Amino acid sequence: MHDKISRASMRAFSAVLIALAMALVMSPSALAEEGSYPDANVNVHDQASLQRGARLFMNYCVGCHSLKYMRYSQLAKGLGLTEKQVMGNLDFTGAKFGASIVSAMPEDDANNWFGKVPPDLSLVVGARGADWVSAYLKSFYLDPSTSSGWNNTVFPNVAMPFPLWQLQGEQVAVMNPAGNGEPASVKELKLSHPGSMTPAQYDQAVRDLTAFLAYVSKPDELVRSHIGAWVVLYLAIFTLVALVLKREYWKDVH
Amino acid sequence: MNAFTQWFQERAPGMGVAYKKHMTEYYAPKNFNFMYYFGSLALLVLVNQIVTGIFLTMFYTPTAAGAFDSVRYIMRDVDWGWLVRYMHEVGASMFFIVIYLHMFRGLMYGSYKKPRELVWSMGMLIFLALMAEAFMGYVLPWGNMSYWGAKVITNLFSAVPWIGGELVTWLLGTFPYPGAVPGSPTLNRFFALHVVAVPLVLLLLVVLHIGALHEVGSNNPDGVDVKHGPKGNRWSRNAPMDGIPFHPYYTVKDLVGVGVFLTICAIIIFFAPSVGGFFLEPDNLNRANPFVTPATIKPVWYFSPFYAILRAIPDKGIGVLALAASIIALFAVPWLDRGKVKSIRYRGLGYKIALAVFAVAFILLGSIGADLMPIWLGYLYGSNAEAIVSTNLLIARILMIVYFAFFVFLWAYTFFGWEKTKPVPERVTTHA
Repeated sequence: MHDKISRASMRAFSAVLIALAMALVMSPSALAEEGSYPDANVNVHDQASLQRGARLFMNYCVGCHSLKYMRYSQLAKGLGLTEKQVMGNLDFTGAKFGASIVSAMPEDDANNWFGKVPPDLSLVVGARGADWVSAYLKSFYLDPSTSSGWNNTVFPNVAMPFPLWQLQGEQVAVMNPAGNGEPASVKELKLSHPGSMTPAQYDQAVRDLTAFLAYVSKPDELVRSHIGAWVVLYLAIFTLVALVLKREYWKDVH
Repeated sequence: MNAFTQWFQERAPGMGVAYKKHMTEYYAPKNFNFMYYFGSLALLVLVNQIVTGIFLTMFYTPTAAGAFDSVRYIMRDVDWGWLVRYMHEVGASMFFIVIYLHMFRGLMYGSYKKPRELVWSMGMLIFLALMAEAFMGYVLPWGNMSYWGAKVITNLFSAVPWIGGELVTWLLGTFPYPGAVPGSPTLNRFFALHVVAVPLVLLLLVVLHIGALHEVGSNNPDGVDVKHGPKGNRWSRNAPMDGIPFHPYYTVKDLVGVGVFLTICAIIIFFAPSVGGFFLEPDNLNRANPFVTPATIKPVWYFSPFYAILRAIPDKGIGVLALAASIIALFAVPWLDRGKVKSIRYRGLGYKIALAVFAVAFILLGSIGADLMPIWLGYLYGSNAEAIVSTNLLIARILMIVYFAFFVFLWAYTFFGWEKTKPVPERVTTHA
């Protein structure tokens, strides 16, 4: 009787420990250093979205930013495109199909123009998170005090000018006045001149571009889940067979 | 086949003897429960780490200039490279999960007590070697967290009196301390140690650990020695009555554990290989950069309880001392615990409560070392950063005291005879 109680309490204690450990893993990650941003809501399994994102990247970003860990040939595989489609519609640098995606901008020029070489974006979503990238692309505003004329609330005083301004339009900052020992800060951003896209269209464009960069960050993600389902199924069957085998062997242990 | 077996037997008679001693005629208690899966699982993970590690070395470049790119190459261009690397990376974390549970099992059922002190000691040496192995492996991808982690951890050795500075210089192999920073020479030696030296030590220790165990026989959830119980079972007249041959009984049972364990591993590897940044940290996707310090430098989750102890003390020297003491205390457990009763089933209430509190303190210390506690405190204090930091530190210190108090209590409780144990049965009570 006494034994049963102690074993039940043992089991309850184990459950508490496991729950505690799970809470640790499930709780919001401490690793999103940059603060929290609205959900980027991207889907790397949506091939059409990736294709649209790739087109945006090749039209607006690759002039300055490389994806040096990605090859055009890999891109074709992941995006479900033929070599001809990629070479005709996405490769504007004259690079070979098997070459990596490198910006044509010379480093010296980049240093002269922006004061630094624009970072490679192969791993940007992995390192900063899709939410950060998405928020960053929506947070440029006109600021005459910077050398490019642009500033960004997610990445203050960023050296990068806003290449998508024709799409989103121009935003201006509504400021909180300085006071109480605190400097003036951005309260919110307002669209002052609309671009060629409506806000909803622009949101979708950012979603596509971010999804594309998320895919480039972890190209294995597209393959992983497909194989994973079969592996787990196989292992589940293996476990079942092992269990039956164990029962059979242990029949005579009393 | 039979002729070959005979030919082989004549030339290597010891092989058959060893096989019988460790497999078919190693009589393990028949009442092992769930907690007894983790030894064989640790062995499985060790094999996984060695096999996947060998394939990783075929494509990895151990230089500061090439390491980061070579890991990307493995992840993107090498056929199945991503799978092999994820297996290695998830394997490292699973190794610690399994080892922590294995150690906790030892504490629950008194598996460290006479005559198994050596088994525990060898196990603790394995744990130590594993920590060194994991730390150096973590540096190899040469991401920014690798770099700064290497810098912080190696700099702890500067707290060693007299030779501290020279020790750091010697470990990093770059410039004289305090200018010593991780660099290509560091990466080269960590690579050599990670893939050759420490694995050899680990394998030797594992052989000694299992050898020491098979010399005295396995403990069990009842903590009664089946060797001292009645003799004679279906296989041998001299074997313990409550023992069953390890092979095939426990090999086939462990196979079930292997199946469940691998299923869990596969779910992680294929669906969430970085486990929200716990197994693989986002900051490590930035190349090592001596000029950019990550917002918070912290080790991977499995070191976080010990890291929390280190950080709970403002003085570096004393902090390092506390860190060392927190591990040495575990080594001392067989000699601190004077109690004769092994299993928690028959031990006093004080021990049950102490072990539970100890386990909770260890996990919560982990949450502090992993910077999760400040997030939880954020729900309480809002944006009052000062209150969060000071409360976090206070909790860390209380938990650290609880951690060490367990060992003091264990000694006092058993030395002064305060423990009221229950009668231990003559034979094992159940089987799983």
